[in-house]
Amino acid sequence: MAPRIGMTIPTITPAIPMDDFLLRAGAAGIGLALIAGPLGSFVVWRRMAFFGDALAHSALLGVALGFLLRIEANLAIAGLCVAFATVLTGLLSRARLAPDTLLSICAFTALSAGLVALSFIETVRVDLMGYLFGDILAVGPADLAWIWGGAVAGLAVLGFIWRPLLSLTVHADLAAVEGVNVGAMRLAFVLLLALVVAVAMKIVGVLLVTALMVMPAAAARRLARSPESMAAIAAAIGALSCVAGLVASAEFDTPSGPSVVLAAAFAFAASLLLPVRR
Amino acid sequence: MTAGPLLSGRGIVKRFGERTVLDHVDVSVARGEIVTLIGPNGAGKTVLLRILLGLLKPDAGDVVRAGGLVAGYMPQKFAIDDNLPLRVSRFVGLAGRVGRGEIETALAEVDVAGRIDDPVQGLSGGEFQRVLLARALLRKPDLLVLDEPAQGVDVIGQDALYDLVAAVRDRHGCGVLIVSHDLHLVMARADRVLCLNGHVCCQGRPEAIGRDPAFAELFGARAGESLALYRHRHDHVHDPHDGHVHHHPPHGPAHRHDHPHDHAGHSHG
Repeated sequence: MAPRIGMTIPTITPAIPMDDFLLRAGAAGIGLALIAGPLGSFVVWRRMAFFGDALAHSALLGVALGFLLRIEANLAIAGLCVAFATVLTGLLSRARLAPDTLLSICAFTALSAGLVALSFIETVRVDLMGYLFGDILAVGPADLAWIWGGAVAGLAVLGFIWRPLLSLTVHADLAAVEGVNVGAMRLAFVLLLALVVAVAMKIVGVLLVTALMVMPAAAARRLARSPESMAAIAAAIGALSCVAGLVASAEFDTPSGPSVVLAAAFAFAASLLLPVRR
Repeated sequence: MTAGPLLSGRGIVKRFGERTVLDHVDVSVARGEIVTLIGPNGAGKTVLLRILLGLLKPDAGDVVRAGGLVAGYMPQKFAIDDNLPLRVSRFVGLAGRVGRGEIETALAEVDVAGRIDDPVQGLSGGEFQRVLLARALLRKPDLLVLDEPAQGVDVIGQDALYDLVAAVRDRHGCGVLIVSHDLHLVMARADRVLCLNGHVCCQGRPEAIGRDPAFAELFGARAGESLALYRHRHDHVHDPHDGHVHHHPPHGPAHRHDHPHDHAGHSHG
């Protein structure tokens, strides 16, 4: 059975005013960057980039689930990511496999399951390319509300757990002796990751979500002298990368997600020219 | 707080799979007392510490803490990711909601106040251990728990670090539980020593423990001899200081007796 999945890269149709597209896309990108920067800093500090990536790979299964169960797509993705994150955490604490092997197995299983499940859905044409690499220019007003709602809620939670999370990132046992509920904090962090994956999916797609968390944070490192300033600078670099990538995407008619990631890559490369601050 | 021990473990058993790491271990620490837990690598020292701190559940046995006990913990040497921009003041402040003034005081007490605004990654081994101690002190602990505090510290620094721990005990009257696999320096400051190798092989005052057959079996006969020798030399240096330590039973006749190859002329009782 041949999957009926469209593989077209979205292009801007001249029928609708381009300004609306770009403004919405820009607003979506900035909203995402606001939460992806601070959370991405923790991903870098906690060395969880691969965990985030595995989580993102499961999002496609959420899309399929949304279609099958007739649930709103964003809700289905968020729900599946949260469930997958919980399962992954449980597996990691029990399994005897090396974490990267386990994460790799889970990521590819989830991605393949998502692709197979989507191929069964014959009634809907799914823009697979959009889900894999993002379709920031197809962001509608409802998506924008989702993204900003998710970003603001995520930032509020992150702000609330900031100090205990930072403490356990530095040393979990020490934090526990000092009264931090390590298990609850770890779970909260993983759930936040799942939320951001769900929020980011529309913009940069399954395969590029982690890039938007890790690259601005890595680029911010040499500019920052405290954890908080690194998080803030990462958010700013992420927002700038989104805007720059979008403008380039419109100008040169390139796919939006990869353009944004390339802009972030330039920012990271530029940061390497700065001296290491000690 | 009552007169009983600050913290005690009774009949602690811990197994990992088939291996019994701790086999009915009893341990206790009283206020003002320095208890040293020594033993070879893999003896279960850190596991016991983690159980006593409530970080790990024992398979059998009880851990009893005095009511309202605040523990200050200094974990084994660890590295902080270079990607995390973290200054000393911020690291120490992670202990709780504390002001800059309190952090300065804590750092000054352990003699690293000058490093307050420096990144933690740039600290030397000895400085980092002192910063860790400052963070533990910030909690005003009733009990200090130190896991291999001298790791990555040179010998002179180790001596200074143990002096510091003893001074902290004198000043704050807290109990101290130190884990080490290093025999000499750490035992010199201990009130009581526990030799652990899955079970408690022997325990007692440091002078006595060197002569215990179980100790010789665990660490070799020469360890006991060099231990006695070290203590002897060390006591000379710190004799005036020892007079201030009230919790510490003064060196009585038993002390002289404890040196198997004592120099008779050096007795100080």
